[in-house]
Amino acid sequence: MTSDWPAERRAIIRDATGVGIAVAAYGVVFGAQGVATGLSLAQTMTLSLLMFTGASQFALVGVVGAGGTGVAAALTALMLGARNALYGLRMAPLLGVTGAKRLLAAQWTIDESTAMALAREDHTNERAVRTAFWATGGSVYVFWNLSTLLGGLGAKALGDPRTLGLDAVIPAAFLALLWPRIRGREPWAIAVLSAAVAVLLTPVLRPGLPVLATALVAIIAGMWARNTLAPLASAPIHPEESVHDEGDATPRGGSA
Amino acid sequence: MWPLVLIASVGCYALKLAGHSVSPRVLDRPRVRRIAALLPLALLAALVAVQTFGSGQTLVVDARLPGVVAAAVALVLRAPFLVVVAVAGVVAAGLRYAGLAA
Repeated sequence: MTSDWPAERRAIIRDATGVGIAVAAYGVVFGAQGVATGLSLAQTMTLSLLMFTGASQFALVGVVGAGGTGVAAALTALMLGARNALYGLRMAPLLGVTGAKRLLAAQWTIDESTAMALAREDHTNERAVRTAFWATGGSVYVFWNLSTLLGGLGAKALGDPRTLGLDAVIPAAFLALLWPRIRGREPWAIAVLSAAVAVLLTPVLRPGLPVLATALVAIIAGMWARNTLAPLASAPIHPEESVHDEGDATPRGGSA
Repeated sequence: MWPLVLIASVGCYALKLAGHSVSPRVLDRPRVRRIAALLPLALLAALVAVQTFGSGQTLVVDARLPGVVAAAVALVLRAPFLVVVAVAGVVAAGLRYAGLAA
């Protein structure tokens, strides 16, 4: 594949830009939710700049908005971010970077960059894998943060979140993040069970804890279930139907 | 709020960096892999449920539920993200405006 590298490189950068633009839709919603939940614009932006992993950011804001404790919010965000460690494990040998570049590579290790890079893993040209990772990571980082800022500024101009139905937007956003993951019987069963457990525990536990408790559902299912999940490398790239940051073992190149 | 924002952010970055730093043998086990893949599934499903029905420690059915149902229909119809969340907001706000839901 070294024959027409400039053309391939252009195609990769074009795709990476497309993924970044798709991610911006989620960024606007996140920025608006963060500010509507009561975080300052600076705090909302800090999450996008520093945490930079969408599902965790949405979860932190969601748990805080529901009246959960800081510990519950942080733990939920961390558990959603755990998959990025597996992405890093996969990407490190492919990128082969050290020092400051490795620190940056870690920050940009998210669903989209991993999915875009692994989609080119079968190419004989390892430049394609690296270019896809860096171009997608950079593109998503820029668009995610700009769109968070835009959403945060927009929310400041809005009034009561309930009048605008923003309280329905939050679960809808989580549903959209969840949607691409529930293909197949096992994921459906786990999703329904988790939802039921969280609802049943809501009157019993303090806000934030019912969501956290469903991690046990994932842990128990992961311990016992057969290995029916797709391998990390099978990463269809359809930015338009993918979702912000929630990867799992099968990133699909959607949003931050 | 700042301590939460900073600690959770640094923690999420540490997870990313761990993947780039740790020996593959530590993390690359089928069980760890499966659990890491299932965690987002379970937590996101729980978040959908709690954010739809929860109000503090009580469960309520209000305009959020038809909003989320409308969002699900939009997802089935393969609508893009912004349309999905907009549908939820418009349905919930519309029902409240019409006095049909709390």
